[in-house]
Amino acid sequence: MRGGTGKGIHFSKLYSFSCFRSKFEDEHGQLGQRGYSRIVYCNDPDNPEAVQLKYRGNYVSTTKYTALNFIPKSLFEQFRRVANLYFLVVACVSFSPLAPYTAVSVLAPLLVVIGATMAKEGVEDWRRRKQDIEANNRKVEVYGKKAFNETRWKNLRVGDLVKIYKDEYFPADLLLLSSSYEDGICYVETMNLDGETNLKLKHALDETASLRDVSSFQNFKSTINCEDPNERLYSFVGTLYYGGQQHPLSLQQILLRDSKLRNTDYIYGVVVFTGHDTKVMQNATDPPSKRSKIERRMDKIIYILFSTLILISFTGSMFFGVETKNDIRVGELKRWYLRPDKTTVFFDPKRASLAAFFHFLTGLMLYGYLIPISLYVSIEVVKVLQSIFINQDQDMYYEETDKPARARTSNLNEELGQVDTILSDKTGTLTCNSMEFVKCSIAGVAYGRGMTEVERALAKRKRSRAHEVTDSSSDLPECDDHVVDSGKPVKGFNFRDERIMNGNWVNEPHSDLIQKFFRVLAICHTAIPDVRKESGEISYEAESPDEAAFVIAARELGFEFFERTQTSISLHELDHESGRKVNRSYTLLHVLEFSSARKRMSVIVKTVENQLLLLCKGADSVMFERLSKDGRLFLAKSMDHLNKYAEAGLRTLVVAYRELSDQEYKSWEEEFLQAKTSVSAARDALIDAACDKIERDLILLGVTAVEDKLQKGVPECIDKLSKAGIKIWVLTGDKMETAINIGYACSLLTKGMKQIVITLDSPDISDLEKQGDKESIQKASRESIAKQIGEAKAQIIARKESSVTFGLIIDGMSLDFALAKSLESSFLEVAVNCASVICCRSSPKQKARVTKLVKVGTGKTTLAIGDGANDVGMLQEADIGVGISGVEGMQAVMSSDFAIAQFRFLERLLLVHGHWCYRRITMMICYFFYKNITFGFTLFWFEAHASFSGQPAYNDWYMSFYNVFFTSLPVIALGVFDQDVSARLCLKHPLLYQEGVQNILFTWHRILGWMLNGVISSMIIFFFITNSTISQAFRRDGHLVDYEVLGVTMYTCVVWAVNCQMALSINYFTWIQHFFIWGSIAFWYTFLVIYGALPPKVSTTAYQVFVEACAPSPFYWLATLLVVVSMLLPYFAYRSFQTRFKPMYHDIIQRRRSEGSEADVSAELPARVKEKIGHLKERLKHRES
Amino acid sequence: SRFTQQELPAWKPILTPGWVIAVFVLIGITFIPIGLASLFASERVVEIVDRYDDGCFFLNTNQSLLLDYIRNPKSNKTCTRSLTSPLFSVLSNLTTFIFQVPKKMRSPIYIYYQLGNFYQNHRRYVKSRSDKQLRSRKGEDEIKDCQPIARSGEKPIVPCGLIAWSLFNDTYAFSSKNKALTVDKKDIAWKSDKEHKFGSDVYPKNFQSDGLIGGGKLNHSIPLSEQEDLMVWMRTAALPTFRKLYGKITVDLEANEAITVVIQNNYNTYEFGGEKKLVLSTTSWIGGKNNFLGIAYLCVGGICLFLAINFILMYIFRP
Repeated sequence: MRGGTGKGIHFSKLYSFSCFRSKFEDEHGQLGQRGYSRIVYCNDPDNPEAVQLKYRGNYVSTTKYTALNFIPKSLFEQFRRVANLYFLVVACVSFSPLAPYTAVSVLAPLLVVIGATMAKEGVEDWRRRKQDIEANNRKVEVYGKKAFNETRWKNLRVGDLVKIYKDEYFPADLLLLSSSYEDGICYVETMNLDGETNLKLKHALDETASLRDVSSFQNFKSTINCEDPNERLYSFVGTLYYGGQQHPLSLQQILLRDSKLRNTDYIYGVVVFTGHDTKVMQNATDPPSKRSKIERRMDKIIYILFSTLILISFTGSMFFGVETKNDIRVGELKRWYLRPDKTTVFFDPKRASLAAFFHFLTGLMLYGYLIPISLYVSIEVVKVLQSIFINQDQDMYYEETDKPARARTSNLNEELGQVDTILSDKTGTLTCNSMEFVKCSIAGVAYGRGMTEVERALAKRKRSRAHEVTDSSSDLPECDDHVVDSGKPVKGFNFRDERIMNGNWVNEPHSDLIQKFFRVLAICHTAIPDVRKESGEISYEAESPDEAAFVIAARELGFEFFERTQTSISLHELDHESGRKVNRSYTLLHVLEFSSARKRMSVIVKTVENQLLLLCKGADSVMFERLSKDGRLFLAKSMDHLNKYAEAGLRTLVVAYRELSDQEYKSWEEEFLQAKTSVSAARDALIDAACDKIERDLILLGVTAVEDKLQKGVPECIDKLSKAGIKIWVLTGDKMETAINIGYACSLLTKGMKQIVITLDSPDISDLEKQGDKESIQKASRESIAKQIGEAKAQIIARKESSVTFGLIIDGMSLDFALAKSLESSFLEVAVNCASVICCRSSPKQKARVTKLVKVGTGKTTLAIGDGANDVGMLQEADIGVGISGVEGMQAVMSSDFAIAQFRFLERLLLVHGHWCYRRITMMICYFFYKNITFGFTLFWFEAHASFSGQPAYNDWYMSFYNVFFTSLPVIALGVFDQDVSARLCLKHPLLYQEGVQNILFTWHRILGWMLNGVISSMIIFFFITNSTISQAFRRDGHLVDYEVLGVTMYTCVVWAVNCQMALSINYFTWIQHFFIWGSIAFWYTFLVIYGALPPKVSTTAYQVFVEACAPSPFYWLATLLVVVSMLLPYFAYRSFQTRFKPMYHDIIQRRRSEGSEADVSAELPARVKEKIGHLKERLKHRES
Repeated sequence: SRFTQQELPAWKPILTPGWVIAVFVLIGITFIPIGLASLFASERVVEIVDRYDDGCFFLNTNQSLLLDYIRNPKSNKTCTRSLTSPLFSVLSNLTTFIFQVPKKMRSPIYIYYQLGNFYQNHRRYVKSRSDKQLRSRKGEDEIKDCQPIARSGEKPIVPCGLIAWSLFNDTYAFSSKNKALTVDKKDIAWKSDKEHKFGSDVYPKNFQSDGLIGGGKLNHSIPLSEQEDLMVWMRTAALPTFRKLYGKITVDLEANEAITVVIQNNYNTYEFGGEKKLVLSTTSWIGGKNNFLGIAYLCVGGICLFLAINFILMYIFRP
C-alpha cells in the first residue's frame, strides 16, 4: 500500500514540472482511492457514518507491554538470549529422571534471574506508562453543545473541534480553521519533531479563517477527505468540502501533534488524525539498538564455554557408556549392587549407547554451572548502577542550565572506555551557539575592535611559543567576562567601536550606507519583539541565534525594532538630521524566507516615502554573484574583510539591498503569489524560482561578522583527549577557513602540524563549473580528489619515520567524491594517519556516512557528539552517540546514548567513567567465568571418580545458590565500585585510557588466563581435598569423610577461594567491598547451619553436617586453609611479579600514588616508566598504521 | 555525597615489594609449623591394614569357582587372619597364625572395613533410598525412589533401595592370647542419623526375602534406629575406595601382641574386582593416618619461602 502511494507521488512530481495545475488534479484525484481514503466529519464525530469508520481514539500508549501481555511478551524477550533459553530447557528437562538434581533447585535461580530482569523491564515500562498517562490526561477544550468544554486528550475523537491556547501542545494532528489573527495564521514551534527551534508559520484557508467566535461553529459542518495515516512529516494531501465547494488542503493547514502553538493567542482546529495515527507517532521508530564490543566478545566466550560444556559432557557420556556396558558381561552381573539386570533405560547395559546419549543430556545439565546464569542479569544491574553514578557526578553537572549528565542507555558504559575516534559537530558542541555580533565592514571600512576568542587563542599560542617559561599561566579572560567598557554587558552583542556607536556613525564618510546597513539588519529578519511592559526593554525571539544577534546589534546602534504586525515592521530610528529618535514604520510586503538551499533571505518593504526596497542578507557564496554592476563598488575590500573575519573564526554574512520599481514589483508579485498559492509538492521550487528572479542586481552594503564563542574548557579538553590517544574529527557545516581557525583555537591543529587540504576549490574546476557541463565536472572532480588523496598518502609515507603529525582538512564537495566506493579505502587510510581531521561544509548525511566509514573501516569504536537535529544521523550511526543538551532543542539528546551539557564534560565521561566502566565490566566478566569454571570443573573431577554417573558432588541447594547468593554480590560490588586509580589520577594520566582502546584488559590471552586459573583452582580444590581425606578418619572419634562431608568441605573451599580471589584482584576496598566479600563467606556458613537444622526431609544430605561433622574437626579447617591459600598462590605470585617487573600502566600509577611521589611526577619520571610510556605510544602508532 | 561521587574512604592496597615479601614469608612461616604438626600427628597414628579378599582363598582358584563359592550361602566362609605388618598373605583357612602388633595401640582402636572399586557414589545407587520410609513407620509406602528394590511381591520392602539391599555383611572376630577381644559396635553411626534419620518405630520388613539376595540381612525385631551397621552403610561414601566404621576395640593393644582375626568372608566383591581390607587404627587430633595434609602444608610453605627469596633476589638485581 505504501509502495503504491509512493509511486503515485513520484509520477505526479514529474508532471508538476510542466504544469503545476495538473499536479494538483493528479494528486488530489487520488483521494478516495487506496491510501487516500480517510474521511473526517468535521464537528460531527457522532455522525453514524463517522462512528462506523471506527478511527482510533486519541489514547496513546508508548509502552512496550500492556498489563495483559507483559508476562508472555517479556518472557519471550528473556528467552531470546541463548543462555537463558539453555537454562529454560534445562529447567524443563530437570523434571524428567535425566536430571542430576531436583527440578526446584534449577528453577529457583532461573526464576530469580528472570524475575529480576523482568522487574527491571517492568519498572522502565511503568515510567513510560506514567508519561503516557500524563499526556493522555492533559486538558483540551472541545466544542460541544454550543460551547467549548474541557476534556482530556485521550477522549478526543476524529472530527472534534478544539481550541488551543498559546504555548499549548496540539493534542492530535489538527486542521487549522482559524486563529486569533484575522487572516488565520499562527506560529508553531516544532522542536519535538525536527529539533528546529525556529517558529513556523501555518496558514488557515481563507474560507474558514472567518470562523472566529463560538457561535459561528454551531452550523459549521464539513467533511475532509484526506490521505491515510502515514509517517511523512512534510506532506499532506486532502480536500475540505465546505459550503458546497472543494478546497485543497496542504501541510500549511495542518498542525502536528507534539508541536506547540507560539505567539498566537488561540486557534481553532479540527482533529484529523488521532493517537497512533498522528504523524509524529507514525514516525516513532525504535532507535537502533547498540551493543558494546565487550558484550559481543562475551557472547563468543559463552560459545566457548558451551563447547567446553558439550565436550566434557561428551567425554563423560563416553566413559559412562563404556562402564555401563561392562556391568553385564556374558550374563554375569559385574556391579551387582547397581542391579544392572533390572534397570531403566538410563542405566541399561544392554542399551549402553542409548544410556550414554541420555547421560550426555544429564551432563549438559550438570556441567551447566560452567555457564554463568546470573552473568547477564548481573551485568545489567551493574550497568544501571554505573549509569546512576554517571548521572550523579557533580563534576559533570552544569549549573547554568541545571543539567546533569545523563546516561540514556546503560548498555554502552564500558564502550566509553574504548573510544578510538571522536566525531564532533562544531556549532553548539565545541562552541556555545550563542552568537555575538563583533565586527562588521560597511562600505569597505572595517568596524569593531573586539578581540575574538579564536584570535586570543592564536595570540596566546604565539606568545607562549615565544616565551614558553615566563607567562604560560597568564590569565586570559574567559568566555563570558570580556565585555569591559560598555557599561552593562548585552547578551549577543560584543561590538565596540566609538566611530559608529552612540550615534557617531552620522559623521562617518558613508553614513547613508551605514544607515541602510543597519536598517537591513533591523528589518530583514523574522524575529518577533517581546516588549516588557514594566521596563520597556525589548527582547527578541528569533529563528536562529545569528538573527537575534543582528537585531540586537541594530538596536544597540540606534535602530530599535519594536513592533511587528502582519503587514508592518516598526523601528525607533535615530533621525539623520535632527538626531532625535523617531518612529518609522515599514510596510512589509513579502518575506522571502531563508532555507539552507537558498542560503539567503530577503524582505520586500515599502517605506513611508513609498519607496520599494528589497533588503537581503546571505552567505557570500550566493550573494557576491547577485550583485549588480554598480553594487560592486566595495567588493574587493569587503571580500578582503570577509576573509579576514572568516580566518578569525567568525560567521559572516553579506548584506545588500536593492530598490524596486513599481512596475517590476507588480509583475513579479503576480508570479510569486501564484507560486505561493500553488498546493503542489513543487511549490517550493516554484517559489524559489520566483525569488531568484527578484533577488538580483543587488547593491553591496557590507559584511557582518558574528562570533560563535568556544565553549569553556574546550581546548583543554581536546588536548587531554588527544593525549589519551583519541583521534578527533570535526564535522562541521562551516567554511573551511572558519573550521581551520576553530581547529587552531581548540588545539586540534597545531603549528607543528602538516596540513593536508583536500578541496575542489581549484581554478580548472571552477572553469569547468562555468561551462556548466555536469558530467565533465564530475569526472574532473573525481580525478582531482583521487590525485589529492594519492599525494597525501605519499606525503604521509614519506614522513612516517619523522615525528611530524598531519591534519587533514576536506570540504563537503570533495567528501562526496572521497566517500565514493573507489576512493573510500584510500581516503580512510589517509584520514586515520592524520592526528586530526576536519570536514567542513558537510551535510548531515555526509556526517553519518563519514561516521559509518570510520566505524566500519577501522573497526574501532567511534563516538559521535553533537547537539542539533542535523547530528542525529551521526549519533545513531556511531557506536556511541553523545548529545549535548544545549540550545538547539532536544532532538540530538533524544537520539543519543549519553547526554551531557558541555563538551568539556566529555573528558570526564571518557577518561574517568569510561575507563572505570571498561575496567569494571571486563574484570567482572573475566571473574565471572573464573568462578563458574572453578565450580563447574570440581563437579567434573568428582564425576570422574563416580564412574561418570552424573551424581553431583554437592547438595542441590548449595549448587543453585552458588551463582545467586554466595558469589554474586561481590562481583556486583566490583562492577559498580571498583577503581584502579582515582578520578583525579585518571585525568592526570590520560594515557591510561589506552588500556581501553587497545582493549588490553580483555584480550583473549587474559580471558583464557582467567579460565585456566579457574581450571587450576578446581584441580587444587578437588585433588587436595580428596588426597588429604582419602579413606582415613578425619576426626578424633574415628568418623570418616563420606559423600556429605566431602561435598561441604569442597564447597567451603570453593566459596572461600572464589571470594578471596575477588579480594585479591581488586584494589579498592570500601566498606561495601568488605561487607560483600566477607559477608558472602559468612553467609555460606550461616546458610549451612540454618539449612542443616531443617528436618532431614528438606535438607537431605546437608542435615546437621556442618554442626555435627565438620565444625568440630580441626582437619576440616586445616584443609580449607591449605586449599584456599594454595589456590590463591598462583594468581598472587603472578600478580606480584608482574606488577613489579612487567607493570601495566595502571600499576605504575598506583605504585607512584602509594609511594607518594605523585606531586612531582611529571618533573621526573623514572626511566622505566618513561620506557613504558614510550612503549605504549609505540604500540599506538603501530596500531594506527 | 561521597558515595554518589564514588569517593568513599577506601583502603587501596597495592602489591609493593614489602607487602609481597611479607605475605610470602608469613605464609611460609605459618604453614611449615602447621605442616610439621599435622605430619607428626599423622605419624603418631598406628594403623594396621590387611587385604583379605584374595587372602582367604587359594590364589590360583579360578574365577568361576570363586564366584560359585561366594554366592553359595551354605559354603563356609570363615577365614582367620592374623594382623600385622608387613602384610603376609597365605592360604589361611581355619588356621591360626600369630603375628604381632607393631607399636602400642591405645584405645579406642577403630576397626574399619575398606572396599575398593565400589561406586557408592553412583547416581543410580545414591538415589535408591527412601528417607521418609527410614524415618517413620508412616512412610512405609514411600518407595518410589527405591527402584528396583522396592517391593517383595506386593509388599513394600523396609528398608528399600539398592543401598540397604547391598548392605555389607562380612564379620570379624578378634582374639588375643586366646582371649576374645570384644568389639564395641555402639556409637559407630552419627548421632543425627540415630536420632533423626532412622526411626525407632521402623522395623525391617520383607528385607532380602526373595529374588536376588544382595548383601546382609537385618534382624527384623530390632528397630532401624538401633541398626548402626545399616546407618553407617547408608551414609554413602564419596569415592570408590572407602572405609567404613565397623566397631571399636576398647582395650589397649601392646606392641608385639598377637592378634587373631576370624573373618566371615560373605560379601561379594569378586564380581566387580573390588578389594576388601580390614583396618585397625588409632586416631589423633587430626584423625587417621594420612601424611598428605602435612606434606602439602610443608610444600606450600616451602614454595612461598622460595618465591619470597626469588622476589628479593630479583628485586635486588633488577630493581
